[in-house]
Amino acid sequence: MTAIQKKPVNPIAHLTAEDIETLGRELDAIRDRVIASRGERDAAYIRRVISTQRRLELGSRAVLLFSLFPPAWLVGTAGLAVAKILENMEIGHNVLHGQWDWMRDPKIHSTTWEWDHVSPAEQWKHSHNELHHTYTNVLGRDNDLGYGIMRVDEDQRWHPIHLGQPLWNLINACFFEYGIAAYDLELGRNLRKGRHKAPEFRARARAVGRKIRRQFLKDYIVHPLLSGPSFLSTLAATFTANLIRNLWSHSVIMCGHFPEGVETFEKTSIEGETRGEWYLRQMLGSANISGSRLMHIMTGNLSFQIEHHLFPDLPSNRYQEIAPQVRALFAKYGLTYTTGPLPKQVASAWWKVIRLSLPDRATPAASRPADDLPTPTPALAEV
Amino acid sequence: MTTTVPRPSGKLTVRDRLFRLAETVTTPLLPEDYLDLVAPLRSGAALRGRIVDVRPETRDAATVTIRPGRGWRGHTPGQYVRLGVDVDGVRQWRAYSLTSVPGRRDGLISVTVKAIPDGRVSNHLVRRATPGTLVQLDQAQGDFVQPATAPERILFVTAGSGVTPVMGMLRAGATGSADVVLVHSAPTPADVVFADELRGLARQGAIRLVERHTDTDGVLGVAELADLVPDHLDRQTWACGPVGLLDAVEAHWAGHGVADRLHTERFRPTVISPGAGGTVTFTRAGVTVGADGGTALLDVGEDAGVLMPSGCRMGICFGCVVPLRQGAVRDLRNGDVTTAVPGDGVLIQTCVSAAAGTCDIDL
Repeated sequence: MTAIQKKPVNPIAHLTAEDIETLGRELDAIRDRVIASRGERDAAYIRRVISTQRRLELGSRAVLLFSLFPPAWLVGTAGLAVAKILENMEIGHNVLHGQWDWMRDPKIHSTTWEWDHVSPAEQWKHSHNELHHTYTNVLGRDNDLGYGIMRVDEDQRWHPIHLGQPLWNLINACFFEYGIAAYDLELGRNLRKGRHKAPEFRARARAVGRKIRRQFLKDYIVHPLLSGPSFLSTLAATFTANLIRNLWSHSVIMCGHFPEGVETFEKTSIEGETRGEWYLRQMLGSANISGSRLMHIMTGNLSFQIEHHLFPDLPSNRYQEIAPQVRALFAKYGLTYTTGPLPKQVASAWWKVIRLSLPDRATPAASRPADDLPTPTPALAEV
Repeated sequence: MTTTVPRPSGKLTVRDRLFRLAETVTTPLLPEDYLDLVAPLRSGAALRGRIVDVRPETRDAATVTIRPGRGWRGHTPGQYVRLGVDVDGVRQWRAYSLTSVPGRRDGLISVTVKAIPDGRVSNHLVRRATPGTLVQLDQAQGDFVQPATAPERILFVTAGSGVTPVMGMLRAGATGSADVVLVHSAPTPADVVFADELRGLARQGAIRLVERHTDTDGVLGVAELADLVPDHLDRQTWACGPVGLLDAVEAHWAGHGVADRLHTERFRPTVISPGAGGTVTFTRAGVTVGADGGTALLDVGEDAGVLMPSGCRMGICFGCVVPLRQGAVRDLRNGDVTTAVPGDGVLIQTCVSAAAGTCDIDL
């Protein structure tokens, strides 16, 4: 775990190999208990969320048919934004993780689900479930480092282009779903390496194109047209709802692996990694958000990022329940459970983007100030 | 859930055009995903039903009455229906004989379920299912039915819940004016499903009822049929019950060269002793699991979270067929081994096939 070992204080120096394996077994036991008790209550939960989301979306779009009236615009836009957030976060992200596959309901299954997002589910599942969740916070493997335009780790060499990265990050936040689609396509890398003519890439790009077309047609043409005289105000409403959804999910995602206190790892550190070590990497590489039950649902329970990264396929409604047990294990093994309220974590993450847009001060690594700990890679495709 | 539904070719009706327009608004969902919220039983929806009544028949059997969706096409007495029931949040499909008369004026159908030990679905339906619950349905299937013209003499040999398809036939009058004998086995008189109704039919002279109470009289030996029903081999016979009974009956009729007069209904495959298992890869789902030689690939896949097509789970409906890309599987009913080499797509029934080596399944 080289990146960690560069730190003035190595957070896992006190753990023996045996400790780490025991920790792994204790986490396995938590997972086993949840799986053994999965049942009707959980199924009822996700069906209730899906039903609520669909009613909310339909109701909001109906209200927006009269969006010329300012109160209708406000209510409809707010409702649609919340519906889109629920759809992406608590439903889409988690269904596509396979968290509900055990129900064997073909209508709520990772292999059949498509979400309200410009990145096709199939491509997102690959880049998110396979790459990000496997190589969480491993430099050079957790595969983005800001599309090559953002510097998000001290170990990346500074370049003048990074001066603009607070702006790039803001633009990415506003159009986050397009950023994710580009990320899932590995657009930057494929263009740089001249692979944009490869049939495989072109097929995937076409799939994204089709998805964008459908999403665009729905939000910016058909729904406004159905609104008749309210065409323009409905157009503004759907744009605003998408913007709110994008800003919200970008904020939540930044909080997952970005705030101060989250660790990164070097490629060589995961060679021959044991199950216990994998768990440990997830524990140190993620951060939670504290808040109310409603806040947790609106983040898709990614506010329990640590629990989610330990057990990506457990039903999301269970993360909150196991969080005290997980936190007790952090305490037992002398590890830091990184958590904080949303504004604090968002500010912390943004501060890192701003700070790293400037070249490092010429200070040796060992004497870095306390807030200059090794940084994680951002997980841009984390929704 | 997906928007890539096959398009009907040819001219589009107004309704089709409206649905297409609706799809552009509901994408990535389909209009039906929203309609299902309010009208899950409407015509055009995936076939479902709503439980309207659960009535105990014996201490471990109950009749479940269901209002089927508008798409229900009716049934022939003796047929079964596959029910998809969510038990502990997990969708389970099982086949049950229909015991209601076809074309009831109220449109309801019923199945009669006997709770078998460790039977997840049967115990749920008998003891925990409540009116109002939605279940998934398939159209009625099965050829355990009476011919167009009823034979003159009929024998039914049933045991336990095996009497359910026969009750369906008797209630519907499917046996016409035939001379009907029913030989039915149950552990005790109190365990006889539809006891009052059957005894009533016997009193009226509509059928001759031979009850066998196995707790006191022992299991019915097929040789005893010669005494109980001397002309049994001359009768058209329908048998339904446990595997042991059916095997014995089939051997008996075949031994006398009259297998063509025997019709049987099995609800469980006869499983031969298993062979060695192997590693199974569901290639499209990207799931690899170890499987023993005695567990059906359907169960292996479902336990691994793969969305397996399934049907009767006894090897007759072919609803679970998927291509085996390479490897070997063993038919759990007869031990036949089917192999596929890379490039093949041998279709196998996952509900009665177990791994007999490494398998790649295209799913």
